Amino acid sequence: MINKELNNFGQDDRDIVSSSGMDLTEKMRSASFLQEDSRVQLYRSFIDGVQIMSIEEALRNIPEAKSYFGSSFKLLGREYPTDTQGGYFIRVKKGATVKLPIQACLFLKAAGFKQKVHNVIIIEEGAKVYLITGCSASKSADEGFHLGISEFFLKEGAYLNFTMVHSWKEDVSVKPISIALLDKGATFISNYVSLRPVKEITMYPTAVLQGDGAKASFNSLILSHPGSLQDIGSRVILRAKDTHAEIVSRAVSLGGKVIARGHLKAENKDIKAHLECRGLILSEQGTIHAIPEMESDFRDVDMSHEAAIGRINKEEIEYLCSRGFTREQAQSVIVRGFMDVDILGLPDLLKKEIDVLEERTLKASF
Amino acid sequence: MLLEVKNISVNVAGKAILKDISLQIKKAEIAVLFGPNGSGKTTLIKALMGFSGYSISSGSVIFKDKEISGLSIEERVKMGLGIMYQHPAKIRGVKLYQIAQFLCRDKKKIEELSERLSLREHLHRDINLDFSGGEMKRAELFQILLQEPDLLLLDEPESGVDLENISVMGKVLNEYLQKPGKSALIITHTGYILDYIHAKNGCVMMDGKLWCVGKPKEIFESIRKEGYEKCRECHDKQRIE
Repeated sequence: MINKELNNFGQDDRDIVSSSGMDLTEKMRSASFLQEDSRVQLYRSFIDGVQIMSIEEALRNIPEAKSYFGSSFKLLGREYPTDTQGGYFIRVKKGATVKLPIQACLFLKAAGFKQKVHNVIIIEEGAKVYLITGCSASKSADEGFHLGISEFFLKEGAYLNFTMVHSWKEDVSVKPISIALLDKGATFISNYVSLRPVKEITMYPTAVLQGDGAKASFNSLILSHPGSLQDIGSRVILRAKDTHAEIVSRAVSLGGKVIARGHLKAENKDIKAHLECRGLILSEQGTIHAIPEMESDFRDVDMSHEAAIGRINKEEIEYLCSRGFTREQAQSVIVRGFMDVDILGLPDLLKKEIDVLEERTLKASF
Repeated sequence: MLLEVKNISVNVAGKAILKDISLQIKKAEIAVLFGPNGSGKTTLIKALMGFSGYSISSGSVIFKDKEISGLSIEERVKMGLGIMYQHPAKIRGVKLYQIAQFLCRDKKKIEELSERLSLREHLHRDINLDFSGGEMKRAELFQILLQEPDLLLLDEPESGVDLENISVMGKVLNEYLQKPGKSALIITHTGYILDYIHAKNGCVMMDGKLWCVGKPKEIFESIRKEGYEKCRECHDKQRIE
C-alpha cells in the first residue's frame, strides 16, 4: 500500500493524490511510481514483464536506457530541458499483456517548488499495457511549477493506453512535453483529463507514426475555471503508410480560457486522420479558441476535421425540461454528457474511476 | 374538462401563427388534429407545453382547472402534460437510459417496455443521435409512456415508422390510453395510428385556425380522397349557411 510510504501526507494530500486517479491501495494496479517534488518516494512492480524505476537509476543501471533518453527529441530536431530531477522509467517486456494499469504519480508539495521530470516509457514488441499518470498539487504548493517530459517508444505491434489526469490548483503552472514514436502496427491511445483549476497549462504532445499501420488517438476532456489558461493541443505526424490518427477534444469553459489545438500532418499516402473539437462556453467570461490544422503533400489521403463551439443548445435544455428536469438539472445533465468519458478510449476499470472523479468535480463546480 | 384552450393566439418570431384558437379535451378523450404542413399544429402543441419562442399573446390555457400559460415547461410536466416530438433534440453523451431512469424508478418496467419497442440496444446510446426516424419515434413513445402523463400531446407519432413498428407502437399506445383518465391530442398525416386507438373527435387546422369538427376517420377519409381544399370549401359553405 502506498499509504505506508505516505506517512508524511495528511488526509488532504491523500485525497488530492487519489483525485488524480491514483489507487493508494494498489489493489487494482500492476505497478506504481510516486515522486514528491524532486524526491522519488517509491516504485515497485507487482508482475513480471514490467520494469519500473526512477529515470536516474535506469540511466545508471540499464545500458540501453541512455540510447532512448532524449532520442525522440533528436529525431524531430527539437531541444529539451536538461535540468530535470527524477521522472520514471517504465519498460514492458516483449509480448507481455498487463491487465491492470500501471500508475505513476507526480506530486507537488513545497510552496514555489519547480518540479521538472523526464520520463521514458518503452513498450516492447507485441506488449499491451495501460498506464495512468496522475499529476497533482498539495494545497501547500503555492505558485508551484511542473515540467514533465515524456518519451514513449512503442515497438512493433505494441499497444499503450496512456491516461493523464491533471489535478492542479489555481496558482500552479504546468508544461508537459511529450513525444511518442510508434513502430509498425503499434497503437497509442492518449487520454487527457483536466477538471480542476490551474493557472496555466501549455502542452502539445506529438506522436510520430513511423511504422506502417501504426495508430494514434488523442482524446481530451477539459474543464476550464475562471482565471485558468489551458493551451492544449495534440499533433500526429503520419510518416508511414496506412497509418491512422484521431484527435478528439471536449472543452467546457466556466470562465477560463481554452486554446484547443490540433495538428495532423500527412507525410505519406493512404493515411486516415480525423480531428474533432467541441467546446461549450457556460460563462460570459469564458473563451474557447479552436485551432485545427491539417497538412498533406499527398493526394491519396483521407483527412477531416469538425469543430463546434457555443453555448448549450436551448432545444436540448427544453427537451429535458419536457421530461420533467428543471433547467438547472438539464444543464448539468447536458454538460455531464458533453464531457462523456466514453470519448476516452479507456478500459472499463479506469472508465469507472474517471467517471467517479468527473462526477465529483462537476458536482463541486456547479 | 381536462384541457380548455380559450381563444389563444400564438406568435412565433414575431409572426402570428395561431389565431383565436379554442378547443377542449375531456378526461379520457382522444382528439385528433389534422391539417396541411405549416398550418400551425406543432405550434399549438409547443405553445401548450410552454416552449420558449411560442408565446401566447392572448387567450388562456386551463389544464386541470388551473391557468398554465405562465408556468415553466417542467411545471406543466409535473401537472401531467407530456409531449412526443415530431423532431426531437439529439443530445451528445446523454443516454436514453439516463432519461428512462429519471422518468421511472421501476427497472423492470424500463426493461419490458424497451423490449416491446425494440429499444434494448438503444438504451445506452446517446439520445436520438444516429437514430433512424423510426427509432426516434419509438424512443419518444418509450419516454412519454414512462413519464405517465395524463394528457399526451403526440406530434406525428407514426411518421417515418415502418408498418410493422406502427402496429407495435399503436398497440402499446392504445394500452396506455385505455387506462383510466388518460387523454391525448394526436397530430397525424398518415392516419395509420387511427387503426389502433379509439379517437372520437377530430378537427382540421388550416392557416392557424381550427375548422371542421367531426369523427376522425371520416375527416381523414375525406382529406385522403379530396384533399384539404375540400375542407376549405366545406368550411366556407358552412359559414355562408
